[in-house]
Amino acid sequence: MTVRYTKDHEWVRLEDGVATVGITEHAQEALGDVVFVELPEPGREVDEGEACSVVESVKAASDVYAPLAGRVVEVNQAIVDDPALVNRDSAGEGWFFKLALADEAAFGALLDEDGYTAFLETL
Amino acid sequence: MSPAGDLWAELHVTDETLKTTPLDALHRELGGRMVPFAGYSMPVQYPAGVLTEHLHCRAHAALFDVSHMGQASIHGPGGAAALERLVPGDMVWLAPWRQKYTLLTMAHGGIMDDLMVANLPRPGGHERLFLVVNASRKHIDLPHIEAHLPAGLRLERHDDRALLALQGPAAVGVMAGLAPAVAALPFMGVGALTLGGVPCLASRSGYTGEDGFEISIPADRAEAVARLLLAQPGVMPAGLGARDSLRLEAGLCLYGNDIDETTNPVEAALMWTIPKRRRAEANFIGAEPILAVLAAGPVRRRVGILPEGRAPARGHTEIIDDAGVVVGAITSGGFGPSLLGPSGGGPCAMGYVPAGLAVVGTALSLMVRGKALPARVAATPFVPHRYVR
Repeated sequence: MTVRYTKDHEWVRLEDGVATVGITEHAQEALGDVVFVELPEPGREVDEGEACSVVESVKAASDVYAPLAGRVVEVNQAIVDDPALVNRDSAGEGWFFKLALADEAAFGALLDEDGYTAFLETL
Repeated sequence: MSPAGDLWAELHVTDETLKTTPLDALHRELGGRMVPFAGYSMPVQYPAGVLTEHLHCRAHAALFDVSHMGQASIHGPGGAAALERLVPGDMVWLAPWRQKYTLLTMAHGGIMDDLMVANLPRPGGHERLFLVVNASRKHIDLPHIEAHLPAGLRLERHDDRALLALQGPAAVGVMAGLAPAVAALPFMGVGALTLGGVPCLASRSGYTGEDGFEISIPADRAEAVARLLLAQPGVMPAGLGARDSLRLEAGLCLYGNDIDETTNPVEAALMWTIPKRRRAEANFIGAEPILAVLAAGPVRRRVGILPEGRAPARGHTEIIDDAGVVVGAITSGGFGPSLLGPSGGGPCAMGYVPAGLAVVGTALSLMVRGKALPARVAATPFVPHRYVR
């Protein structure tokens, strides 16, 4: 199971055609304490790069984008009930939503771990 | 994920264009996340984060650097009477070693700034009024005041002083441990005291709704005083993020958001700052239009607004009535970590609604991301004040 990343600070884990999406450690750190999360409706079709979720800190709201095109198949109610979970475990229990991908091959075009680390250094 | 507005500000604004406070090096040492605010580089939070800093303030004591604000003194006989031309509050009867919250008003009835004024008698009976004004407005307020001072009075700008705020239920214990007399200061009382050998001026007041102190310190001794206070048990540094969430929960106005040149004191629910004598004398700038609005009743009013769900509604969010008409806007909104007490936090906001809807309990909708979210008019403060009176 590999994890890939986007320049919008999402991580994506692909397993059996279903991609789990969350925000990276860098993102949760920059955001600060998460106090509210809005997740997409299961069943919604999303395009790559489409804003489909909102994450709010005390100070401001940010959009989370679909890293790849697909259909939302599951959302993580745990982070709606306990938004701080996003800060505590951004890479694991703090996942946002799962997508059934339209094109699995597109996953390979995302940044790998080294690529994302290098990208962070340019910021 | 899109970086939120202020994250971009951190990443892209060059620090050389910003002013710094005397505590800049200390903020960086403490890991403060510096952002531009009113032309200054200020810490929005420290590593603990806004939520922790906010909760710590209400539970114990938090130390804020507010040195960006403007400090000044009016020196000379008749200063209070002269100031009464510019503010609608009672300055002439402001007792020695007492402070008052008031407004600088404008000819058309709008508000130039909100400020604190303290009566500090000097040795030999020399009159002195000490002012603290907003950082974003001091370049407007101070020239305005100066231009209106009659002969014999002068304005001294205290650019050589820092200002710290120690806020929270534990603040008085911390201060009294260093300067015992401070425990006797009443709310809005002012005293000269020494902290770690440094002569300071402290008022028992603040911007959080908690008991606490605002402390004016010579700039070159400010870091030493800050370190001394931070070394006391229970004191944590807190940044502008927590300062904003605390004052929002306390229902306190932020100039530029909730009050500005287009708002008059009547609609802003600040008529309590204008006592009967001043209304009768009507001799402050803007008295005529302000009293006219008072007599006729304001068209709109500033109220507290509570979203029914969990989504915060931020400034500029449109307020919709039950006919779907846009009737107003949120002026300050966000998340209040202490809103529900032990149960945690929730969204809260302030905004202006038509006077007829300005009744606690009135149902409204807020346009957030294209959806009309239910909300209601609510009393402020959202978190009860705990001033020690």
